[in-house]
Amino acid sequence: MTTLQEVAPREPAGVRREALYFAVRNGKLMAGFGIVLVLLLLGLLGPVLFGGAPNEYGPKPMTPPSAEHWFGTTTFGQDVFLQFVHGLRSTFAVGVIGGGIAAVIGMVVGFVAGYRGGIVDEILNMLTNVILVIPTLAVLLIINAYLGIRSVAVQGLFIGLTQWPWAARAIRAQTFSLRTREFVDLARMSGAGTGRIIAKEIAPNMSSYLFMTFILLFGGAVLIASSLDFIGLGPTEGVSLGLMLQNANQWSALQLGLWWWFVPPGAAITAIVGALYVANVGLDEVFNPKLRET
Amino acid sequence: MLKLHDVTKEFRVGAFGGRRVAAVKGVTFEVVPGEVVSLIGESGSGKSTIGRMILGLNPVTSGSITFDGLPVKPGKEYYRRVQGIFQDPFSSFNPVFKADRVFAMIKETYHASVPAPQWAERVEAALRDVRLNPGQVLGKYPHQLSGGQLQRLLIARALLLDIKLLVADEITSMLDASTRIDVLNLLAELKARGLSVLYITHDLSLGNYLAERTVVLRKGGVVEMGPTGSVFGDPLHPYTRELLSAVPRLHEPWDDAVPVETCLYHRKGGSGGLYEATPGHFVACARLETC
Amino acid sequence: MSLQVSELKVYYRTLKGDVRALDGMTFGLRDGEILGLVGESGCGKSTLGKSLIRMDGRMRHVGGTVVLDGRELPIGDDRAMNEVRFREVSLIPQYAMSALNPTRKLRRMITELLRSRGATPDLEELERRMSQVGLPREVLDRYPIELSGGMKQRMVMVISTLLDPSLLIADEVTSALDVSTQKAVARALLGFRESGYVKSMIFVTHDLALTHHIADTIMVMYAGKLAEKAPADVIVKAPRHPYTKLLLDSLPEVGVRYADRRLEGIAGSPPSLLNPPTGCRFRDRCPIAGEQCAEEPPVAELAPDHHVACWKA
Repeated sequence: MTTLQEVAPREPAGVRREALYFAVRNGKLMAGFGIVLVLLLLGLLGPVLFGGAPNEYGPKPMTPPSAEHWFGTTTFGQDVFLQFVHGLRSTFAVGVIGGGIAAVIGMVVGFVAGYRGGIVDEILNMLTNVILVIPTLAVLLIINAYLGIRSVAVQGLFIGLTQWPWAARAIRAQTFSLRTREFVDLARMSGAGTGRIIAKEIAPNMSSYLFMTFILLFGGAVLIASSLDFIGLGPTEGVSLGLMLQNANQWSALQLGLWWWFVPPGAAITAIVGALYVANVGLDEVFNPKLRET
Repeated sequence: MLKLHDVTKEFRVGAFGGRRVAAVKGVTFEVVPGEVVSLIGESGSGKSTIGRMILGLNPVTSGSITFDGLPVKPGKEYYRRVQGIFQDPFSSFNPVFKADRVFAMIKETYHASVPAPQWAERVEAALRDVRLNPGQVLGKYPHQLSGGQLQRLLIARALLLDIKLLVADEITSMLDASTRIDVLNLLAELKARGLSVLYITHDLSLGNYLAERTVVLRKGGVVEMGPTGSVFGDPLHPYTRELLSAVPRLHEPWDDAVPVETCLYHRKGGSGGLYEATPGHFVACARLETC
Repeated sequence: MSLQVSELKVYYRTLKGDVRALDGMTFGLRDGEILGLVGESGCGKSTLGKSLIRMDGRMRHVGGTVVLDGRELPIGDDRAMNEVRFREVSLIPQYAMSALNPTRKLRRMITELLRSRGATPDLEELERRMSQVGLPREVLDRYPIELSGGMKQRMVMVISTLLDPSLLIADEVTSALDVSTQKAVARALLGFRESGYVKSMIFVTHDLALTHHIADTIMVMYAGKLAEKAPADVIVKAPRHPYTKLLLDSLPEVGVRYADRRLEGIAGSPPSLLNPPTGCRFRDRCPIAGEQCAEEPPVAELAPDHHVACWKA
């Protein structure tokens, strides 16, 4: 076995520093995060830099990309690039809020159920299964329609509150197999409590798995949000990548050859989720010392 | 020091934990300071469960386990005096962290006030006590070390605490013959430091090599216990005899167990528990047909 | 000679290069002989066992030949080996638990298995062999999960020898078993040879004491090479290779106590087979190593049937 001595820092903060050392040298991780970062910056800075209302009708409908309209215009003369940068922003927002909330609930429920086992597990498992079998989209429809929610944040919140069960189940199963490993017993015999064991022993073993869960929840939230947008239950005043896609579809952009209308939002959603996936593979290599060597 | 009194452990199995299975049944024995006791049994004898109960990792169903007169209370104070090492060295270390993290965890909980340089010295001294070269094992990941090195790291970890009792559960069964004996010798050396060791094993020859006293378990109950010399030299229970005869020996052919003609226990008219055949040598009823 | 292995080299492909798990093994096995193969983990003993029946995807046949009953085995060719497997060479795997299909009752599983090999199931013979290892015929109508570990191991033994293979490889078959079951399994193996179900057998194990009770000949391997091969009694009573001697010295036996006689292990660890050192591979751990040992010692027949690879033997 080759040794890793040349990269073994002897300081106490070694673990974190070493992860960083491998992180910045991992091509997959850097490329994945790079793409996400570019799109995120575009979404954050775009609306500020390029002023103007994204949904405003313009004088030149259906023009292909040009110097004036970078991504062309829609049937109504709306600037696709302006819609795109605004759409990126709300898509990131709903993904982060929805995916984040679902990930947090899923982790708490999964870790506690998996680690404690017994009666705690049975109760949490029952709750998870109940939420899992509820027809989520129908409930979201009813809630959205009844409460008349129209903001991106609240949309994200509802998505988050309904999407956690499968994440909880997956994390529970992983935790279940890890807690019988003897290093957990050894941590208990080093005086560590339940919280510390979960956070410092079990979670690091599945860090890439947790990140993957978040990515999938993020992607799921984006897709659900666009479905809601499509049936008119999204943020009425806003714009999102999903909304753009649905609009393009509604106004037959494909048939009319307006490829610039649907390609950017579709490509952006694919790029975000895909780049996060690639980053996840890289993260696995960073966190798993065994994979580093090969 | 360590006393088990009528300890029973039942596990719930099946849907909703409806059925109960007894893994340990009414086990009573004692470990005195500076003594190596081996707990011998085959798979399903409950030997590991007993170890885990002593370590406070599994609760006792009924009966009591006391350490220096106090019941087992898992927590910082208890683990300062009682520690355990398990069978699989690779599963005992968190694979995503370096192996020496086990020392850092001890420091955090028990020696937070010790300055870093002084702590490093103590760690190195403990490593040398277990015949490890600090330069070869510090800063490495578990998969870069051998099973024998990892088990020694865990013994060193126990030495950094002021432990009185070490529960060693099959700690050599995954090691090669050539390194196994060195780890056993280390356990025996702990005795010189005044420590007690409960050595749990299925391997009679290892238990015999190390222990002053031997407890033989079968299906959760004690069948025979006493000084190792007399348990192995003059086994009274048919099960002990069978086990001994099944152990392959280098210089002797395999022979069949000498049958037990008289059940000592019943002849004396006892009932329940163990019968003291000779001072310190206890045996359970042999359940002979003529009993 | 039933089996003749000459200069066999099998390497494992890894990302870092070839691991030379078997680096030029030469030995023979007579009809009716049981060969005990012992050594530390990573010495190549399991690789040898696997090479003779089925190489996994990472293994590569680099050189050497295996001749069984006058016919060379195409060990590097997985397809061609299919003909030989089970009929000529058979294996008892280490984990009987995973060798049996859990969804089939044993009778059906065995019938299907035999048909797939183009053999007609002979239930009478099967039951006779089962009773020989102490398994009642009712076992056939059970699922594998209903059997204990020892019963499963014995069942697998019966199945793998049903077609009377010439060579049987038993890979660590007893290491997961309790001592009492271990004894029964070992005796059953001996019974197989007596009854002529198998001609010869290679018994791979890490337990030297157990091998001594089963094998006629013991072969000690170290770091992918043969260290010593001799009749079982000779290995145990008069070993010549320093590794064998040290290995025997480190074995605790019932009756040996720490307080009376302190045993010592072998310092150091086996070399990496990725880039094995030149010369004698045991040199670094050997107490009697000398300058001569920088050159690789040849396997020499010091006495009839006693082969040793050591300059100092």
